[in-house]
Amino acid sequence: MTVTAMVQAEAVHKSFGRLRVLNGIDLSVAPKEVMCLIGPSGSGKSTFLRCINHLDKIDGGRLWVDGELVGYRQSGDKLYELREREVCRKRSEIGMVFQRFNLFPHMTALENVIEAPLLVRSESRSTALERARTLLDRVGLADKIDCYPNQLSGGQQQRVAIARALAMQPKLMLFDEPTSALDPELVGEVLDVMRNLAESGMTMIVVTHEMGFAREVADAVVFMDAGAVVEVGAPRDVLLNPQHERTRSFLSKVL
Amino acid sequence: MDTVSSESLAPGTGPPAEAVKAIPVRHPGRWVAAAVVVLLAASAAYAVATSPELHWDVVANWFFSSRITDGLWRTIELTVIAMAIGIVLGIILAVMRLSPNPVVSGASWLYIWFFRGTPVLVQLLFWFNIQLLFTSFAIGIPFGGPSVWSISTNTLISTFTAAILGLGLNEAAYMAEIVRAGILSVDQGQTEASQALGMTRLQTMRRIVLPQAMRVIIPPTGNETISMLKSSSLASVITFTELLGAAELIYSVNFKTIELLIVASIWYLIVTSVLTIGQYYLERRFARGSMRELPITPLQRLRKLLFTFHAPPPAPPLLPPGQLGGPR
Repeated sequence: MTVTAMVQAEAVHKSFGRLRVLNGIDLSVAPKEVMCLIGPSGSGKSTFLRCINHLDKIDGGRLWVDGELVGYRQSGDKLYELREREVCRKRSEIGMVFQRFNLFPHMTALENVIEAPLLVRSESRSTALERARTLLDRVGLADKIDCYPNQLSGGQQQRVAIARALAMQPKLMLFDEPTSALDPELVGEVLDVMRNLAESGMTMIVVTHEMGFAREVADAVVFMDAGAVVEVGAPRDVLLNPQHERTRSFLSKVL
Repeated sequence: MDTVSSESLAPGTGPPAEAVKAIPVRHPGRWVAAAVVVLLAASAAYAVATSPELHWDVVANWFFSSRITDGLWRTIELTVIAMAIGIVLGIILAVMRLSPNPVVSGASWLYIWFFRGTPVLVQLLFWFNIQLLFTSFAIGIPFGGPSVWSISTNTLISTFTAAILGLGLNEAAYMAEIVRAGILSVDQGQTEASQALGMTRLQTMRRIVLPQAMRVIIPPTGNETISMLKSSSLASVITFTELLGAAELIYSVNFKTIELLIVASIWYLIVTSVLTIGQYYLERRFARGSMRELPITPLQRLRKLLFTFHAPPPAPPLLPPGQLGGPR
């Protein structure tokens, strides 16, 4: 092995009660790779994403981020659950963007972005403010820094959410259907920000229904169904020349 | 075309083309109801104000007497301290209640069950008579071991402490439920977003969840404070001379019962009004981010009301001549 994979999944299983959501996921995401997860709803895409930063606990298999096990520490052949501090430190290195933005409504855009660097990283206020201004400028919201989330459009809120995640200088960004809650005309501005981020070399895992984005930006596209990976490959292969019947029938409905 | 038809109207009696002047619907019932209410209120006020048995000069004389104002201060002191205990303990109990540890959440449940399930008067009497149960209070080895430090219960629990314990511990049970409802009202996505940024459970609660829960917590807490101000009068039963207790002591000597109850009532109303105003501004403060524009303050509303009274009524929509639909 030459390069440590940014994310490495081996036979990852996850159940909610008796419902099996992930049924043995094997995947590998290289540094600087952009991977898009597609598939019908309920196929486990979002759950897999949430397992990567330990918002959901896996029940079986192994999951590594940047060479370290997620949520556990291995000593000999035993696994030890990590303490909250450790879990939080690892989460802080992974950015996540949600379908419904989840901005903090009682804080302005700027306060949203500086909150975690101040609280989690104990950065100095001036450092945090400077980076927050740069990031908000980068997502095109330099003039909105003092607005509260409900004074912003959906697309603007999602761009603040991206800036908030980037403020922690993550080594990996997870996007959970970032454009699904947006009006069609606002989707473009968010995808543009994500495209720029991908070009800057960020490792990204994107759960999306935007096939155009997947085709243009992704290095790899994964089609998932019923908690399992059906097909992995270059976007051209998976989207235009799918090998599996299930993939073909899904794509015929969404394209 | 919409032209006024001249056949159905006598010349000159048709409506002017510029404006509709409709006679509003009359509501005679409203006038009757209003008259009855005003009459009843006025006669009651007259009866009270002119009663020969009611001496307003006595009310005025006792209103600022130091015995009454001392009682008022003790009422306020008791309310503030008991509410402070209630809020702090209530937050702790609410967080405990939401804890994944069944023993911790069970303990909180049991506390709320007990203190909400017994009358606050019983609890006051219980704390007042606690020395019957424990003659002294000691710190040392539990289960009958030797003690390091001990104090007689009578010294430790004064009537004031008993009143604070009775009211404060009872209040905590109610506040716990209010805070818990507030915490549950905050979207789960907020917790997830904070955790994804690497915040601990405590940081998430303190910086993200509680500030948002405040919006839901404050209105009922204002209610509880006002309610506490009034239930603090129960402390007079355990010989604590707060506002009502002071009034009672005075009228038990001079028999001006109604006058002194009026004095106490007016003071209660004054403090309650001040609290209501305070609650309004506090709610406004925590509404940041949930409303695009903050609601106007009563002062601004008054100014606006005066302004609109002086302003001319809104002009009716102007229609071009000949466009007005007359009866056809």
